[in-house]
Amino acid sequence: MTTLTEPAQARGQTIERGLLGRVADRAGSGLVQVLLILVAVFWLVPTLGLLVVSLRGESVNNATGWWTVFTKPAEITFENYGSLLASGFTSSFWNTVLITVPATLLVIGIAAMAAYAFAWIDFRGRDAVFLVVVALLVVPIQIGLIPIAKMYGFLGIFGSIAGVVLFHVAYGLPFAIFLLRNFFVGIPRELLEAARMDGAEEWRIFATVVFPLAKPAIASLGIFQFLWVWNDLLIALVFADTENQPMTKALQSQMRQFGTNMDILAPGAFLSLIIPLVLFFAFQRFFVQGLLAGSVK
Amino acid sequence: MTERLDGPQAPGGIPAGASTGPSEPLPAEPLLAEPRSAGAAHADGIPHRLGPSPKAAALFLAPAVLLLGAWVIYPIIYSIYRSLFDSSGNRFVGLGNYGSIFTDSATLTTIRNNVIWVVVAPLIVTVLGLIFAVLTERIRWATAFKLILFMPMAVSLLAAGVIFRLVYEQDPDKGVANAVITTVHDTFSSSAGYPGARPRENDQAPAVIRGGAVVTRQQVQPGQPVLIPLVGLNQDTVKDAAPAKAASGGDGVGGTVWLDVVRGGGGTLNQIDPQEKGLAGITVEAVSGGAVKATAETAADGTFRFAGLPSGTYEVRLPQSNFAAPFNGLSWLGPALITPAIIGAYIWVWAGFAMVLIAAGLAAVPRDALEAARIDGATEWQVFRRITVPLLAPVLLVVFVTMVINVLKVFDLVFIIAPGSVQPQANVIALEMWRVSFGGGGNQGMGSALAVFLLVLVLPFMIFNIRRFRRDEA
Repeated sequence: MTTLTEPAQARGQTIERGLLGRVADRAGSGLVQVLLILVAVFWLVPTLGLLVVSLRGESVNNATGWWTVFTKPAEITFENYGSLLASGFTSSFWNTVLITVPATLLVIGIAAMAAYAFAWIDFRGRDAVFLVVVALLVVPIQIGLIPIAKMYGFLGIFGSIAGVVLFHVAYGLPFAIFLLRNFFVGIPRELLEAARMDGAEEWRIFATVVFPLAKPAIASLGIFQFLWVWNDLLIALVFADTENQPMTKALQSQMRQFGTNMDILAPGAFLSLIIPLVLFFAFQRFFVQGLLAGSVK
Repeated sequence: MTERLDGPQAPGGIPAGASTGPSEPLPAEPLLAEPRSAGAAHADGIPHRLGPSPKAAALFLAPAVLLLGAWVIYPIIYSIYRSLFDSSGNRFVGLGNYGSIFTDSATLTTIRNNVIWVVVAPLIVTVLGLIFAVLTERIRWATAFKLILFMPMAVSLLAAGVIFRLVYEQDPDKGVANAVITTVHDTFSSSAGYPGARPRENDQAPAVIRGGAVVTRQQVQPGQPVLIPLVGLNQDTVKDAAPAKAASGGDGVGGTVWLDVVRGGGGTLNQIDPQEKGLAGITVEAVSGGAVKATAETAADGTFRFAGLPSGTYEVRLPQSNFAAPFNGLSWLGPALITPAIIGAYIWVWAGFAMVLIAAGLAAVPRDALEAARIDGATEWQVFRRITVPLLAPVLLVVFVTMVINVLKVFDLVFIIAPGSVQPQANVIALEMWRVSFGGGGNQGMGSALAVFLLVLVLPFMIFNIRRFRRDEA
């Protein structure tokens, strides 16, 4: 076969396949559409159920399934939310905020400093120390519960918000340092050298050169850390006493009576997830970036 | 440890990570042996090396080192030490606590459950993520789909637990899982379900119970209508049913199954009275010599007929399935199904994560390779199996490993979804660790041993991470 006929033949095959393929594709993609719609419904229904249950009175929830609401929309009421807010639940909401905001900011600040050192300062043993950070990525928080509880007892901060925050910061640091350091090493070194040449102080270089460039990485880290802390149950369970407990712990204490207290549990759970959800939709781009940069934790 | 530690190192020679931008290697200089501060460099006017001194590094690192040292590294050492003592902390027991982990039946259950989790959950999550990632490339609303599947990642595991406690409620009028299952079951099952229906227990009754089924007392013959009166049903369950009718004569065996009760009393026993209701949808069998010769189903008025039955004598039988209690769905939260049920919730939470990571990997797969294979006549399945999957292997491994590490530490979902009474059957190591040390167990020696056990389980992944990192940096 000559080299001239080959491309022509190849082209002929593509056209032929293209026709056949298009018919198959049309049928196939219809099937794919239906399948993926089913999957999407499957993923949405559970959360929708929680929302509807939180919006129906207790007697209605006991009598009929939440899906009947579509035939009887008049059953919707905000009563549950009203009584939940009137109860002590708001204080646990504020505890969640008081734990999450400092824990997020501290992790960003402390990790940024450390990552800056790992990326831009030459010191003896730097690589070895950084490998320790990489190793600590997977350490389960369970290892810290008993020793830190003892330590907090000694320091007198057991049960306090400060104790919960510090625990979150410490166990958030390995991932945070890892993520930021990997981003920082990608910043062109000339930018820093130029600033140093101008005689800028290190913290100034950080504030004016590194921070603006690293905004996407810091945003990723921020949203991750925020979600981890906001959604944590175990650390709060061990280290927060009743008056300092976040929403997750307050709701957990309701689980024992599950079924009889859906008027508290359902709106509470929904309130606890609405802020992360809004943040997630607002910042999902950064969330995905952070995920891609720092998986395997 | 690292090959670069003591050798001459260029300031710009920082190893290139995946996201590293252009970095200009500066002339190599044995800097570490002769550190100079930025100020000194400025003083002699020739900036050999700009940037802060190693002392500045110590300042930058101090808060992180303090927190990691005191909150993470010290606890590892302390936990190992503490795990060698009993609950009081005074009596040295050596490896006794570790021995108990592998002999106590409760902790053995947790280990068995963790094994189930590790074998099942990461594989399903990774495979689903791969399927979704490949399929979303063929739809226009891929972003919306990804957001929907990814959304549970933002939700706390506590909220996810509450959500799935609701999904798994036993009552089909509350739990959506059983509502769907019973609906599907009732659509495909012909059993009408008349639980409690039975013949009268006296000698005149034409039918009796034998082996759970209702059978005619006497053999029946073609042409002679069979009467099977039943009682024991709440009248409300059949209030919309058609009035019972006597079977018309004709060839074959025919008859009527009906509720032989008149509302408010009255009526003749074992006779069809005008107000009495027929029982529809009951399976009827004609039995001869122990073998079923024909089956029929009662009509709305309760009549049935076996057409074309050879002449002879038969016993008419209503099998037990007619009287079975209605199907009420599965007991998801019972001891048998609890772990699969919780794994289901876990998959709901994590499949989106796997999909997004794999989709990102898929975007990097060279289209030319796929197109070339298609031109060569490969089917879509072959392209997927022989090209896409092998090219994605590194991403799939990362997703899988991330899931394994995560699954080893699973806590919240089990704690929230499993009702208190079945928690011993659903228990996992991380939950047992909390339970035994804080949740009423009061044995911190055992708790420390379980925590160390968890740490040992993730050690291979620690090594995996370090290796992967050093390879990426090299």
